[in-house]
Amino acid sequence: MSNQRPDGVTPSQTVGPYFKYGLTPNGEYEWNDAFTNNLLTPDVSGDRIRVEGKVFDGDGAVVVDCMLEIWQADGQGRFSDPQDKRALPNSSFKGFGRCGTDKTGGYAFDTIKPGSVPDPDGNPQAPHILLAVFARGMLLHLYTRIYFDDEAGNAGDPVLAQVPADRRATLIATRQTGNAYTFDVHLQGDRETVFFDV
Amino acid sequence: MTLLYPLQSLAAHPARLSPDYRSTVKRSPSRPLIPIRHTLSELTGPVYGHETVREHDNDLTIQAKGEPLGERIIVHGHVLDEDGRGVPNTLVELWQANACGRYVHVVDQHPAPLDPNFTGAGRTQSDASGYYKFITIKPGAYPWGNHHNAWRPAHIHFSVFGHSFVSRLVTQMYFPGDPLFPFDPIFNSVTDEKARMRMVSSFDLENTKPEWALCYRFDIVLRGQSATPMETK
Repeated sequence: MSNQRPDGVTPSQTVGPYFKYGLTPNGEYEWNDAFTNNLLTPDVSGDRIRVEGKVFDGDGAVVVDCMLEIWQADGQGRFSDPQDKRALPNSSFKGFGRCGTDKTGGYAFDTIKPGSVPDPDGNPQAPHILLAVFARGMLLHLYTRIYFDDEAGNAGDPVLAQVPADRRATLIATRQTGNAYTFDVHLQGDRETVFFDV
Repeated sequence: MTLLYPLQSLAAHPARLSPDYRSTVKRSPSRPLIPIRHTLSELTGPVYGHETVREHDNDLTIQAKGEPLGERIIVHGHVLDEDGRGVPNTLVELWQANACGRYVHVVDQHPAPLDPNFTGAGRTQSDASGYYKFITIKPGAYPWGNHHNAWRPAHIHFSVFGHSFVSRLVTQMYFPGDPLFPFDPIFNSVTDEKARMRMVSSFDLENTKPEWALCYRFDIVLRGQSATPMETK
């Protein structure tokens, strides 16, 4: 292999309408799942939660062929990745999940409430989950963050502070009865979710 | 090694609103994205155990009782970062239509036969140098409803992870010289020609296996640059 510097990244293309049998078969196709929407492991510590919602397009129609991926820290705010130098060895909680939307545009993840992760200056960020959104009609996935409405730390979160106040609510999951939170994604329109340029 | 992910690298990607691809019109944000600094959340990413990939998951021609119909091909290459370093042990997932251009997916009902011996899904993990390899069937072109007489050029979908959650890439690999290129709004959503050609595999005679299978090379370049410039030889 030549060690020549590439002239740029490989461009993104849409995940298309037919990814399900390869990426999110979930028992409906013969292929096995590399990842599921259940991040819980038997030994995981922290508050077990469900994050669920629907995905909508610019007409307010549900998006039934969407793939959502989440990435998050564990209950202590540590990532299961050696690049996080504070990571605990041998943690079986991986922090990554994947879910395809169903016929109602709905999705759900079973996971734990992440702990606080510091920003580059060492200041605490409020607990949050990263969400990547892929679908037919999306040539490049979108990134957003899921925050939680029962976290006092939201008020001091450096990322939320950069979001205009009238749009901040689009990033905050609302607690339902029990341990479930609702987080809808609006790809476009009056209630458009805040997406980040990262 | 610490990697940086400058936003300038994103210029190679298609505009999210690319109206010639009609489905983008209602599925692209209308408000500007908000730039934020990369924190540990963005700079880390999932690491997989070997349990994610089984031994023959990279050979799509031996998943069923019989051999699939169509032209057997080898698709291989390296997963690289922007400096040309291999991305080791990263997950590469692939899905595609069969030789007739038909997907197993229930929504694909166009009049072409399914192949009972071909699902069209595979995965592998790059090795320590970033190298990956699949054995599969050359997919066919297929019609879609975007505009009158719209056909997708033959392509294989790829999903790759890389070093962080912001290096995540979903793309499509095309085959060299496809006559459908000028007419496909998804391919042409990448407006820079050099960038567009990075999605086109190259025919690899050297690694073509005599009497058995043609080979195509497809290197996948993910975001990620060294914080310090590379040493030059």
